[in-house]
Amino acid sequence: MRDQKEVKALKTFAVRIRLATLEAIHAIGSGHVGGALSIADVLAVLYGREMNVRAEDPRWPDRDKLVCSKGHAGPGVYGTLALKGYFPYEELKTLNRNGTRLPSHCDRTKTPGIDVTTGSLGQGTSQAVGLALGDRLKGRKDRVFLIVGDGEMDEGQCWEAFAFAAARKLGNLVVLIDWNKKQLDGLCDDVLPMGSFAQKMTAFGFDTVQVDGNDVEAVAAALERTRQGGDKPYAIVLDTVKGAGVADVANTVMNHSIPVNDEKFEKWTGELKAELAELEG
Amino acid sequence: MKIVYNGEMDKRLCKEVLGATIPAILESDPDAIYLDADLMSCIGTLKYGQQHPDRAIDCGIAEANMAGVAAGLAMAGFKPIIHSFGIFASRRCFDQIFLSGGYAKNDITVIGSDPGVTAAMNGGTHMPFEDVALYRVIPGATVLEPTDPTCLASLLKQCVDRPGIKYIRVSRKSLAKVYEEGSELIIGKAPVLRDGTDVTIFAAGIMVHEAMQAAASLEQQGISAAVVDCYTIKPIDRETVIAMAKKTGAVVAAENASRHGGLYSAVLEVLAENCPVPAANVSVEDEFGEVGTQGYLQERFGLTAAHIEEQAKAVIARK
Repeated sequence: MRDQKEVKALKTFAVRIRLATLEAIHAIGSGHVGGALSIADVLAVLYGREMNVRAEDPRWPDRDKLVCSKGHAGPGVYGTLALKGYFPYEELKTLNRNGTRLPSHCDRTKTPGIDVTTGSLGQGTSQAVGLALGDRLKGRKDRVFLIVGDGEMDEGQCWEAFAFAAARKLGNLVVLIDWNKKQLDGLCDDVLPMGSFAQKMTAFGFDTVQVDGNDVEAVAAALERTRQGGDKPYAIVLDTVKGAGVADVANTVMNHSIPVNDEKFEKWTGELKAELAELEG
Repeated sequence: MKIVYNGEMDKRLCKEVLGATIPAILESDPDAIYLDADLMSCIGTLKYGQQHPDRAIDCGIAEANMAGVAAGLAMAGFKPIIHSFGIFASRRCFDQIFLSGGYAKNDITVIGSDPGVTAAMNGGTHMPFEDVALYRVIPGATVLEPTDPTCLASLLKQCVDRPGIKYIRVSRKSLAKVYEEGSELIIGKAPVLRDGTDVTIFAAGIMVHEAMQAAASLEQQGISAAVVDCYTIKPIDRETVIAMAKKTGAVVAAENASRHGGLYSAVLEVLAENCPVPAANVSVEDEFGEVGTQGYLQERFGLTAAHIEEQAKAVIARK
């Protein structure tokens, strides 16, 4: 992707997603900040460029689908959907409130634009695979994008799903592994080292690449490659920073679920707004 | 629906019925789709699966993934039917059925074969006593235990378009013939197979035959026992349970499953709220399964006509 205007637009979208994410989590006081921020850039590329969706018709059957299997990153997805016009931006402040349409973890029965219910880690993988298989059997031309966390890859179900996806030659499936190196109890390499995701996915029969997952241009290029389809599912290992875009969060190891008080909110959103001004200036 | 029970086994094996009914459903409904976890040859669907790999999908030995894939297929507009042995179809993929299926409103029909002691030679590792309890607690779920091959075919066909999670636990072997071939059995209704005035035996699955044998024996001793076929364990037929309890004033529940959370529990929940009468159960007590012939295991776990008879007399004495 060489269009610098588009690159700038995607970077701007990613910053806005981070602002929207913090807006939502600040309103309830705390939440899954780290893992929501690490996928802001891939969400910006997916919804800003790659995915064929209709905000005014969230259930359009031929749309591309997103499965955010790391369901706790819901606030990041909600921020993206609000910015895309699926529901009012102000509604982000209802995150986790009694009776809300925006629960902590993604719920397809509640939120316009959420395609798949996730939250019990690993379960989004099989659902994404089933959806990709079902859409193909129905003759639809859409693609299914599956975001899975690196900690989530501890779950055996992921590997059952990947074996099945490769066996069924699901070239309409793109697995995006958010390799942010941290899980709830600390560093992934301390909790349960998984080795190389790129090697594992290749061995499982995926067309695999690894890119800087917080670089919209690199992510866009990797996703563009997957448009050709074919008979292999795709895996993109996103080399990311948990908490990317907000230095204080990125520099905290235990940043899975953290409080966002008024003081932090002002500081962090101030930094993001300055970045935004620079991008838009 | 016509009751033709005479104590004889149905000539068809349940696995033959599954092997014929599943392909028939797939042929008549293009949205129906069937998934198995490497057990197609156990229910006679392997040949169909090999010929129609996009309609009958072998997922390999990965039940959790199979349940999740079924949920994904449901989102794409399909009506999935999945099968494995009862233990795997319940415990091994319970969270996936519960969340990816029930919670996410993805409708799935689950067939769990070899319930309770019918697992026989596969032994304790393969013997689900708890599957009924697990499926009963999934909100909106339907839990079925077909009585005979005719009942199985009828219920399975109804499940395809029924919303929610549907769990069918059924033996792969022969069952006593209760209904005339071609009979339609309605989900949620509990047919009174034999009327009576002294006690009602609510039974499911293989225990229906035992209950009918017990009732015949009791009749010779001057005791009038009614037998109700509870092939729908959830939603239980409240009206029939209440009416029969009021009429006979004593009940026995007979099930090839744990006493905790199964048919006995379902009957008691209705009775406690509506018409408490003396009740007893013929169930597996708080135990794990073990290997043996079905006949041996029915004796071992107390699941015979004699046990029902004994409980019926005991409960009548408590009136």
